[in-house]
Parts: sequence; C-alpha cells; structure tokens
Amino acid sequence: MRHPYVWMGLLSWMAFGQAQGAWTVNMAPGVTEVSNAVFELHMIIFWICVVIGILVFGVMFWSMVLHRRSTGQQPASFHEHTRVEILWTVIPFLILVAMAIPATKTLIDIYDASESDIDIQVTGYQWKWHYKYLGQDVEFFSNLATPAGQISNQAPKGEHYLLEVDQPLVLPVGAKVRFLVTAADVIHSWWVPAFAVKRDAIPGFVNEAWTRIEKPGIYRGQCTELCGKDHGFMPVVVEVKSRSDYDSWLGERKAEAAKLKELTSKEWTLEELVERGDKVYHTTCVACHQAEGQGLPPMFPALKGSKIATGPLEDHLGIVFHGKPGTAMAAFGKQLSEVDIAAVVTYERNAWGNAKGDMVTPKDVLALKQAQSQ
Amino acid sequence: MSAVIDEHGHGHEHVHGPAKGLMRWVLTTNHKDIGTMYLWFSFTMFLLGGSFAMVIRAELFQPGLQIVEPAFFNQMTTMHGLIMVFGAVMPAFVGLANWMIPLMIGAPDMALPRMNNFSFWLLPAAFLLLVSTLFSPGGGPNFGWTFYAPLSTTYAPESVTFFIFAIHLMGISSIMGAINVIATILNLRAPGMTLMKMPLFVWTWLITAFLLIAVMPVLAGVVTMMLMDIHFGTSFFSAAGGGDPVLFQHVFWFFGHPEVYIMILPAFGAVSSIIPAFSRKPLFGYTSMVYATGAIAFLSFIVWAHHMFVVGVPVVGELFFMYATMLIAVPTGVKVFNWVSTMWQGALTFETPMLFAVAFVILFTIGGFSGLMLAIAPADFQYHDTYFVVAHFHYVLVPGAIFGIFASAYYWLPKWTGHMYDETLGKLHFWLSFIGMNMAFFPMHFVGLAGMPRRVPDYNLQFADFNMVSSIGAFTFGATQIFFLFIVIKCIRGGEPAPAKPWDGAEGLEWSVPSPAPYHTFQTPPEVK
Repeated sequence: MRHPYVWMGLLSWMAFGQAQGAWTVNMAPGVTEVSNAVFELHMIIFWICVVIGILVFGVMFWSMVLHRRSTGQQPASFHEHTRVEILWTVIPFLILVAMAIPATKTLIDIYDASESDIDIQVTGYQWKWHYKYLGQDVEFFSNLATPAGQISNQAPKGEHYLLEVDQPLVLPVGAKVRFLVTAADVIHSWWVPAFAVKRDAIPGFVNEAWTRIEKPGIYRGQCTELCGKDHGFMPVVVEVKSRSDYDSWLGERKAEAAKLKELTSKEWTLEELVERGDKVYHTTCVACHQAEGQGLPPMFPALKGSKIATGPLEDHLGIVFHGKPGTAMAAFGKQLSEVDIAAVVTYERNAWGNAKGDMVTPKDVLALKQAQSQ
Repeated sequence: MSAVIDEHGHGHEHVHGPAKGLMRWVLTTNHKDIGTMYLWFSFTMFLLGGSFAMVIRAELFQPGLQIVEPAFFNQMTTMHGLIMVFGAVMPAFVGLANWMIPLMIGAPDMALPRMNNFSFWLLPAAFLLLVSTLFSPGGGPNFGWTFYAPLSTTYAPESVTFFIFAIHLMGISSIMGAINVIATILNLRAPGMTLMKMPLFVWTWLITAFLLIAVMPVLAGVVTMMLMDIHFGTSFFSAAGGGDPVLFQHVFWFFGHPEVYIMILPAFGAVSSIIPAFSRKPLFGYTSMVYATGAIAFLSFIVWAHHMFVVGVPVVGELFFMYATMLIAVPTGVKVFNWVSTMWQGALTFETPMLFAVAFVILFTIGGFSGLMLAIAPADFQYHDTYFVVAHFHYVLVPGAIFGIFASAYYWLPKWTGHMYDETLGKLHFWLSFIGMNMAFFPMHFVGLAGMPRRVPDYNLQFADFNMVSSIGAFTFGATQIFFLFIVIKCIRGGEPAPAKPWDGAEGLEWSVPSPAPYHTFQTPPEVK
C-alpha cells in the first residue's frame, strides 16, 4: 500500500523540486513576475506532456502486454480509420492553440522594456562581465572569484564554487531595471535564472532585457553561450538590496571612482606598481598568459622572456592598450584604469625573471589616452 | 560484407562478380558494396565520435578539472558533434539507402553508380582532414558544432580553414548522394510500383534527399562566408566592418533545422517497415504517414529561429517562429499515433529490431515532448543553452536516429550476410543500450532545469550527483557499442543460415531475393501488382 505515496511523493518532487539540493530536478519559480509566469508556462506544458504521454504510452503498453503473439492473438487487418485520424490531428492542434495564448502574453510582457528606472549596460568579455550604471559614472568588471586551487582540486570546493565573483552587480529591489546587453569580442549570453532573464551579448549590437526584482538576496547565473576557453568560468552574480542600501552603495562607488582618478596623479614607486600589477595580472591576464607568464602557445603567447615584455616600453604599453587585432588580445585601454594598466605593464616587465627594472607610470598611460582622444 | 562475395563472387558465368582484393572497394560501383562501405565508415565514426563523448563524460564525472584542459574540452564537444552528425548518422542512412532502396523498389542498382562511388570516397578524405586538425598547433575546431561567428572566425584557431574545407567535401558528398537517391527513386522503380505503393523508407528518403539538396548548399555558403571573413578581408559576420554576427546564425540554422529532420526522417521510414513486420499487421495510415512526412519537411524550413529565441529577434518574429514550431507537433503526433495503432490488436513479438523500434517510438516521443516545451519561447528563455537542450536533442538523436539505425541493421542483417544474428546477444545489446542511454541522458533534463549551462568543462557542486549518474550511463552505452561490433562480426562469419524472408510478417521486394542478396539483383525488374 506504500506505492501510491511513493508515486505522489515522486511526482510532487518532480513538480516542485528542491530549492538548493544536489538532486534538484526542476526549475525554480524565481523572484520576478516574469520568472513566475515562465515557471507556470513550464509546468503547464510539462503536465500536458505527461498526460499525453500517459495516454499514448498506456495504449502502447496495453498492446505490448495483451496483443502478443504468445497470447494466441490473431492479428487484426485494419489499416485506416478516417474519423480517428482527423480527431488526432485536430485535438493536438486545439491543445497547442490553448497553450499559445498564455505563452504569447508572457512573451509580449518580456519584450516590454519601456519606462525603466535604472539602465545598466552589460558587456560580455572573454571571460568576465562588465557593468556600467548609465548616467551614474559607476562601472566595473566582475571576475570569477573561485580560487584556482579549488578548480584544480588542490583545495576543497566551496558552496558557490564557480558561481562567485569579486564584484557582483548590485540592484535595488522593486525598481524596473533595463539591461542593455552587448559584447566586446565574441557572443556571450547573460543569464540569471531567478529573473528568467537570458539575453545574448552580441559584439556590435545592443539587446534589451528588463526585470523587476521582488525580493532582496544574492542571485547567481552563468554565461550561456559558448565563448571560448573559459566559457564555464564567467558567472553572473547579482546582489539585490533595499532601495536605501542600494543608494548608499552607489554613493560609495562614486566616491571610489573619484579616488581612483586621484591615484593617477600620485607618484608611484616601482615596488608599488609591481605589487598592484600582480593583482591586476592575476584577475585580468592570467586566463590566457598563465600564472608563470608561460602562456598557452600558439594561441596565447608567453610573456616570460618574450620580445614584447622585454623590448621597448612603448611597444609593450601599446599592445596592452590597443590589443592585437585578429587575435584574442583585447584592447585593455578601454577596460582598465590608467593605474592598473601602468601597474600590470610594469609587473610584466619585472616578473618571472623579466628584470627590466623600468616602469610605466599612470601619467604615461593618461598621456597616451589623451593623445588617442585628440 | 564479405559473405556476399564468398557466396556469389564466382560460379555464375553470365553475371560478373566483384573484382578481387582492395581494388574491388576502391573502384566498385555496386550499390551493395558502396552501402556496406558507408555503413562501416559510419560505424567507425560512431566509435570515434563516441570516444570523444567518453572524454567529455570523464571530465564531467566530478566537479573540478581532472583530465583535460578547458581548451581541449571544447575541441572534444565540437568534434563529437561534428563527427556524430556528419560522420556517423548521415552516412549510416546513406548506407541503408544504398543497400535497401534498389532492393525495395526492384531496381538493379542506384541510378548513378560512378557518382555513388565518388560520393562515398570523398567522406574518408573529409574526415581525415577534419580529425587531423586535432594534431595541429592551436588545436582543432573548438567553437562547438554550430560554430557561431565570430568565435569561429576572428577568434578561431588556424585549423578552421581545414574545417571549412572538410565541410565543403562532406556537403558535396551529401548532395551527390541525394541526387542519386532522387534519380533512383523517380526513374528505376519496377513496373507497377507507383509512388503510393513505395515502402515508407523509400518515401522518407525521397523527401530527405530534397531537404539535403535544399540545405547543404546553404551550409556551404555559410562556411564560404567564414572563409572570406578569415582570409579575404570581408565582414559578413563582423559588426566592425558593417556585418552582423546574427546573420551567421540565421544562415546556419536555415541549414541546421532541416538537417535535424534529415537525421530522423529515414529512421521514421525504417521503423514504419519494422513495426508492421513484428506486429503482423499492415501499417496504420500509410497515406497520412506520407503526408505527415511532407508536412514535417515543409515546416522544417520555417522554424529555424527557434534556435535563436534569445539573440534578440523582434517580438513578431519570435511569435511566428514559436507558432510554426509548435505546429510540428501535429504531423509528428500523427506519426506516433499511427505506429501505436499499427501495434494495436496485432500479434506482437519482440525480436531485437522490434525492441529497438518500440524504444524508438517511446523515447523519440519523450524527445518530442521536451521539443514542444522548448518551442514555448518564454520558457525557452530558461531552457536555452542549458543541459535541458542537450537532453532534448540526445533523446531525439540517440533513441531516434541511432536506435532507428540499430533497428534497421538487425532487421536487414540476415539479408546482407545470409546469416541470422545471435538473438540473445542482440537483445542484450538492446537492453544495455536502453539502460545506458536513459541513464546518461535523462538526468541531463534535471541539471539543465536546475541551471547548468551546456558546453562547460566544470560545474557547481549542486550538479555533481546527476553528472556522475550521466557519466556512468554514458560509459555503459559506449562500451555496449563495442559489443555490437562483436555481434555484427559474428553474424558475418557464421550463424544460422537466413531464409529469403526471415521475418514472417515482413513485406516488401527485398525479401523476394535470396539471403544473402546476390551481388546483382533485379536485373529483370519484378512485377508489382
């Protein structure tokens, strides 16, 4: 008599899943109106499929058990029945029409990105996300924060393994947020399951998406378009705060941006730049050029002892600043601050046995930037 | 297969038999020889593509990077897809077409035998070229089997040019094969074999051949545009030069969606012969089967953007592609209902071909259900590019295309070799494949819905348990296919001699010739009433 309970348990388990278990079998409803509507559509179509499946497979198993030759069954000879054939064409069609109506409604809703309170530009890079709060002068990169040791199984993996970043996107609860999604190199896709927002980030084009989050919390997603080597290592993390917390966070970020500008005019020593460059290198450059500067030739050349990193300073800075067209080397002049570019170039010239002893100052980088914009 | 030669290579003065030695295979224009070569080639590619899948599943066995680097992992997913689609499934169906279409319509051979030879021999060249890229500096193709630009153009390894050339060769081979099938079916049918008397396998292949001719040039076009972008300074897919990366996806999927039907329609046809044979009852709704196949083929041309629901297609386009995609459920449903009705009140037995055919209907339908779910555009915003999609297309391709091929192979092996295969071993092969396949692919629905993206070499701990189950299932399925090789070799080398018609319920001209089929058949056309 236990069986009915087992089956009911199994079905409800399949239907509602578990919030965060290792054996999660279903989508979670999410924290926005759209994601709840999507979840409902998902469940309706799922149950329609289950019912049709039970009917069709039921008939099939019925004949597989009762119409076996070993039961002495004589085969019938019918091979058509016009009325039945019309019925099983028309009925599925009507079910589909019934399904298309709510789907259309939700889709039109998803596409209505008008009248937003906050606009965020989301840019996909190989392999990190960049967020820009339009009109707020706040922008930053969001890099994977999982330590390399966890990935290479040297250290135990944490709960948010591969789903954690150094700086999450911060959003306020209740506001209509519009995302302007684009990419700098290849196609990426920005996905947060809890919002049911997934949009391809396409270089040279801007896609719109929007959300209105009902509950504060931390929401995690991933890049969902193959974008090269580290496609699996560029998570999306969104931290949703109350309106007042969000405002004070935004204020802090603006102050930090102002402070960063001051850093450019500061007098830096070689040691200070190398120390800062070490950090920049290990968040920005390490994926391709590797921890010991050995690279992954021939796609990603070595920096250790390379002609560029031990050659003329201007050429080295030029490549980091402008990138190298036709290769995976991006133009970091647009991605990093003056201080960070100066630091990372100086670091590369003075690390792994590259003992040039020279340095680039943030002012040099600023001069290059100004020369470019003239 | 070699048994064919031994029995019939000599002794018939009026019929010249096959040449001796290796040159027989190089120069042959015989549809049975070419069919055999296609089938062996396909099986070789199936094992090679399968071994790549084993690398993928071994890496995904546990979270963390253990066996391969992400860069190589991407080459494995890409090559697995390309080899299974172009090297295993498509050539297997061309092999079946070569062997069976002339036998089914009472023709002495394919209409264009020399071209037939050429279209086969292009394939080993194409795949040698493709696989050789794995050993080139920078590695082989690593941009997924869908090779989206600009990852496959500006950001591709240098070997991409070899990949483009390999695709061109495969495309030429497929187009020639398709022309041959059309020419054969339309011109060489035995007297009395009207179109509406043709076995469904012939019908579905006729429609498939038209799909191939329509879309392979589109594939050739898109890879040529890539070639121009990479080497000749054009900007088809680069916004910086006025192009559009999304254009790539439109052109690719205009090929890609009919392509998935190219890989399933011939299986529909084969199963439509096998289920009636073992139900001992005529196929239910022959006419509606033909029309449903036509409808599916037509719809396959107007649904391509359902692969692109999240690229930013305008809402009106999105709605159109959603509705058109949902419509495919209607003719597909008709086919499933017809198969089930064929079994209804039959006198069923479950030899290996029937087991594979029944599993085909059930599991393909499950793949159809997830396809219907994916058609709902708002829901696809959650499913897209997750493991749910991987589960979906493996459910339509493995128990769909591959089980269809296995069912056909067991069904016609007695005709090809003159021996019965070992039924116990065949059933064991079926059950191990069935269990392995479901264990490998069913949990992928769960991890996909829980949020695991596809094409990642590593994942969060919450996906660990199901991934381990998947990997164990995949290893089981993979190892079982080596066992299939053993069964086929055993059947070629010996076994109970097969009568001309080993299945009492089977219908069709192929059973009117002796087993194994003589080197030349139907030199005088049979009369069909």
